[in-house]
Amino acid sequence: MKEKIIDIRDIKRHFQVGEELVQALRGVSFSVEEGEFLTIMGMSGSGKSTLLNLLGCLDTPTEGEYYLDGKPVANMTKNERAIYRNRKIGFVFQSYNLLPKTTAIQNVELPLMYNHNYSAAQRKEKSKQALISVGLEDRMMHKSQQMSGGQQQRVAIARALVNDPVMILADEATGNLDSRTSYEILTLFQELHKEGRTIIFVTHNPEIAEFSSRTIVLKDGRILEDKVNPNVKDARTVLESLPKEND
Amino acid sequence: MNLNNLISIALRALVNNKMRGFLTMLGIIIGVSSVIIMLAIGEGSKNTIANEISNMGSNMIMVQRNYNREGVSKGATSMESMKIKDYEDIARDAKYISGASPYVTASGQLIFGSNNHPIRVEGVNEDYLEIRKHEIQDGSNFREGDIKNSAKVCIIGKTVVEKLFKNDEDPIGKIIRYNNIPFQVIGVLKSKGSSTFGQDFDDVMIAPYTTVQKRIAAINYLHAIFASSISEEYSEKAIAEITEIMTLNHNIPEGKEADFIVESQKQILEQINTVINLITTLLGSIAGISLLVGGIGIMNIMYVSVTERTKEIGLRMSVGARGRDILAQFLVEAIIISLTGGLIGVLFGSGVSFIIRLASGWAVTVSPFSVILSFLFCTFTGVFFGWYPAKKAANLDPIEAIRYE
Ligand SMILES: Nc1ncnc2c1ncn2[C@@H]1O[C@H](COP(=O)(O)OP(=O)(O)O)[C@@H](O)[C@H]1O
Ligand SMILES: [Mg+2]
Repeated sequence: MKEKIIDIRDIKRHFQVGEELVQALRGVSFSVEEGEFLTIMGMSGSGKSTLLNLLGCLDTPTEGEYYLDGKPVANMTKNERAIYRNRKIGFVFQSYNLLPKTTAIQNVELPLMYNHNYSAAQRKEKSKQALISVGLEDRMMHKSQQMSGGQQQRVAIARALVNDPVMILADEATGNLDSRTSYEILTLFQELHKEGRTIIFVTHNPEIAEFSSRTIVLKDGRILEDKVNPNVKDARTVLESLPKEND
Repeated sequence: MNLNNLISIALRALVNNKMRGFLTMLGIIIGVSSVIIMLAIGEGSKNTIANEISNMGSNMIMVQRNYNREGVSKGATSMESMKIKDYEDIARDAKYISGASPYVTASGQLIFGSNNHPIRVEGVNEDYLEIRKHEIQDGSNFREGDIKNSAKVCIIGKTVVEKLFKNDEDPIGKIIRYNNIPFQVIGVLKSKGSSTFGQDFDDVMIAPYTTVQKRIAAINYLHAIFASSISEEYSEKAIAEITEIMTLNHNIPEGKEADFIVESQKQILEQINTVINLITTLLGSIAGISLLVGGIGIMNIMYVSVTERTKEIGLRMSVGARGRDILAQFLVEAIIISLTGGLIGVLFGSGVSFIIRLASGWAVTVSPFSVILSFLFCTFTGVFFGWYPAKKAANLDPIEAIRYE
């Protein structure tokens, strides 16, 4: 049996907004095995981002238990969580979140800057490899704002990859992109999945869920359904069937 | 985190915000350069004056009337209380002096041919030149008998020569008239130039005190007595000795204020230094305030940039930066800004001091002390004023920070 990389039990996350208590997650439990490609779906406001942030150790639950690699996250200090994010997790955001006025390679280097196990030369080399693997070998010295949305998201993915994470978490990673570029990004994720990485992909678009092996649907902070996808679509095939852009 | 990474993180962040960094630095540059310039001017004027005074004779001791006391107990007696006997007793009994001279003075007009020149004549004896560090260029000092016989002879400075002898004549042996009294020029002094305050050391006429007393001022008292201690280290002892002789001669009761003051050039120098130190401190404080304003500028910009860069901080945290990494980054940024600003400030301040020196001729000197002081201050400012905003940044919650718009 494969390792349970994520195991959450009855997770709740509440936000106090003025007088009102917003219950973003009202008790969510599931586990993820190593090498899964999981899609979390749901309408806007259903708690997807809140859940993903908790899984990525960017946030902590109000209630419930979270075991990451078998270790309870509740017992980790802020610094330990930071180190976990740095070494084990790659995060991709909807709005790319690149450093402005900074070259692609420097953006990708960022996680390794906070990891003293890498020398400057190793850092450069790894970042180059990561950029090559997302198809941006000729854009390394381009600055964030000089690149298209799709290219920026690839840089963000390269940054998420560069530290060889056990899992990659993506929050609406294709949300700002046109459909062709979205399929390119999806192709990339499927390739990463084939390499054996665990991927959790948040989206509100049901079409995208067809490319993953499992889908969890959230509604109002609870799990509505959790189903395995028997026939996973291949993003590259879809991409190639799209009419060629003539520019 | 490793220091190389830390520095390159901070440098990259600074390079991405050159304008912000420059504006922050500007405050420090202005502050540091003004500290350096102010202290350089202060130090420079102190050196210049010290030089001038030792030029006038660093062992010199003066016995003068106590003007303060005259303000209280008036009367001609105290005005005229300094007598030739005081001089004679000092010259005879004081062991720590190498020379002494009576001093009487009067103002008048010098005439030679069709040229005239207003002057204050100094009536002294043959020791005076040595005491005041005057040197003879042409001719000689007073000869034996000149003093005793109230000879109508004088020694003059370069300025007087230039004013009276316009045709390049040799002044030695010539007769010049002071208030219509003929004086024979027996010596010309080597030039000593003029002081920072414009006092011309060459505008002098020196004559025997007996001549000035009898033929010019018609008085039998002295305006002052000049002496020189055998060396600078004996000046205190010499002062004590002279004071004792004078106290005895003038019958000053124990604990009462005397009608004379004995002062050395050294004391005067110290007094002037006290004043200059005060002014330097004042200037330094003003400069310090601008440095402080520069520091507050750093804090201001760092503080604003924490808010402005909240998203960046969140992003760094999301890829694994710990609170202390963020803290260190902000601190290093602040230190780099203050040190670079400090360095530019030191260079700029030294440059301006040098220009002032060329333009004014003062001995304006940049002291290592002021450089070290302002450098320490810069580092301190960087750490101190960078700390609070940096701490604030470090305590941000990653998800709150990254959602910040
Ligand atoms: N930091 C927060 N403070 C207050 N309310 C929040 C916060 N984060 C999320 N919420 C609320 O929690 C709910 C779920 O939000 P989110 O997880 O972002 O939904 P989704 O990503 O599925 O659109 C929403 O009602 C949102 O307003
Ligand atoms: Mg969301």
